[in-house]
Amino acid sequence: MEASSLRIREVSKSFPAPDDPLTRRLTLSNISLSLAAGELVSLIGPSGCGKSTLLRLIAGLDSPDSGELLVGSEPITSPNAERGLVFQDPNLFPWLTVRRNIQAGLVARGVLREKRDEVDQFMRLVGLEVFANAYPHHLSGGMAQRAALARALINHPKVLLLDEPLGALDAFTRMRMQDEVLRLWQAHRTTMLLVTHDIDEAIYMSDRIMIMSPRPGKIEQTISVGLDRPRQRTSEDFLRLRGDILELLHLAGESSVENKN
Amino acid sequence: MRPEKHNSRPEISPPESTTQLPSAPTHANVDAIERMERGSELGWRAHLAVPLAALVALAIHLLFSKRAPAVETHSYTLLFYEIVGVSIVLSIAQRFWMPLRSWMRHMCPILTAAILLLGLWDIVTFGFQLLPMPYFPGPAAVLRSLINDRVLLLDSTWHSLALLLSGYTVGVLVGLISGICIGWSTPIRYWGMPLLKVVGPIPATAWIPLAMVVSPSAVVSAAGLIALAVWFPVTMLTASGISNTRASYLDVARTLGAGRAYLVFRVAIPAAIPNIFIGLFMGLGASFLTLVVAESVGVKSGLGWYVSWAQGWAEYGKVYAALIIMAAFFSTLMTLLFKLRDHVLVWQKGVIKW
Repeated sequence: MEASSLRIREVSKSFPAPDDPLTRRLTLSNISLSLAAGELVSLIGPSGCGKSTLLRLIAGLDSPDSGELLVGSEPITSPNAERGLVFQDPNLFPWLTVRRNIQAGLVARGVLREKRDEVDQFMRLVGLEVFANAYPHHLSGGMAQRAALARALINHPKVLLLDEPLGALDAFTRMRMQDEVLRLWQAHRTTMLLVTHDIDEAIYMSDRIMIMSPRPGKIEQTISVGLDRPRQRTSEDFLRLRGDILELLHLAGESSVENKN
Repeated sequence: MRPEKHNSRPEISPPESTTQLPSAPTHANVDAIERMERGSELGWRAHLAVPLAALVALAIHLLFSKRAPAVETHSYTLLFYEIVGVSIVLSIAQRFWMPLRSWMRHMCPILTAAILLLGLWDIVTFGFQLLPMPYFPGPAAVLRSLINDRVLLLDSTWHSLALLLSGYTVGVLVGLISGICIGWSTPIRYWGMPLLKVVGPIPATAWIPLAMVVSPSAVVSAAGLIALAVWFPVTMLTASGISNTRASYLDVARTLGAGRAYLVFRVAIPAAIPNIFIGLFMGLGASFLTLVVAESVGVKSGLGWYVSWAQGWAEYGKVYAALIIMAAFFSTLMTLLFKLRDHVLVWQKGVIKW
């Protein structure tokens, strides 16, 4: 599948408040954003700003109260193999070996027979061919997340949604995995939306960064990262951008406190 | 393009180092144990414990057996001669065969205790007759019943096995189907759960009066009762396993393009397998109970029937003989189910050992 643009127009979503089920709390308020085909965009913001909710809406796992979500020109109505989703927890199926996990999407779509070769190709791509017959509980966190990425990518999604995929990894593994994800992105040219709470990760990886503020979740600002890849984490431009974003995030946090009061 | 080697090395650990289940000894441990065992001989205590215990038990028996007719105690004394002989042969053989040595190291204490317990039983019953007869025969009398009645016992075991397996199979199949339906579908859960909650906890044996009336034969009604006893725990545990499937597994599967068949058969059911096995174990226990009760009230064959028949003739030696067979029979079935579980759940860490 080709990479595809993603457009979100004035999407709102509310959930019943946990302490008072009769009232609904607005989680996302009038979100509009669009990603060009093949673009890598990060969403950052304090916890509770609705980042994960937005990803679930795009994945089709939840539906919005109002607004419109489009992949290319197709409205999103239900989950579909053309929109892959990778969570912070790799969520590999523990009862399947690594190979069977990676080919799960092909089995689910009933195309394993035609595309069996791709399984080996994707296991090589993420460097797990040695572990083909290992079960997920034998894998380290980084390896498990690589398997989860391969499992999502084997469907050649038009859009890949990443929900803090590297959040549970230690700092060194995480930096290596950032390169890995970039490599996969460049190899497949899929449209990628990355939710993260790590500013460095957002700057290091994305074409654009969207900063969200919580309660209700909305997009405060969009920043284009005009740096050449591979990016230097200690370059002057990188650090200046980091400072700017940190400031914006503080503002976003404060405004949410005001809203609450 | 592959990640460079120095890039990926720190997080790739060889699978050997982590494939061990937590309960199993690690390679390092096994090495240490092997070294220890190769280095040290089996101590003289371990050598002599079993034959000595057998001689003690034999002496006890011979001491009291003067007043009994020799034919009644012959096979029991023979058994001990055999134990003494075999244990001496084994303690010589272990010098040349390592696996036997570690097996003996493990088994000798418990075998010794078992033999001494036999001796104690002999003293209390056959020796001083401290317990009322004929309810508490000595070990020699039980062994004699076991040998004399072996044909009928074997036949009873065979009938019990056939009845148990037919009831258990039906119960498991129906239980799996109803459990999956109740666990997966909200409307079925709404209508099925109250029925399950009301009917399920009634012990299957309480249905015996009704089962005798409605069913064409005692064997069929017994099989039905066993199936009922198995059905409840299997349904309950399967349903809870299915409905507690981690939502994120289902979410992931849906974003991979899974339809309903995949979600049920390739996600929810595998995720529920650990729970299902708990239901299978509970069902197996319930089936033993129901089998024995059903056989002693209606069915005219099987171990349960044998026990109540022997009791009717006040032949308690036979009662105990049948109990010993039952212990071996049920324990074997349990072990087989555990083996199946270990085979199916290789992907799970830290399962209970039997």
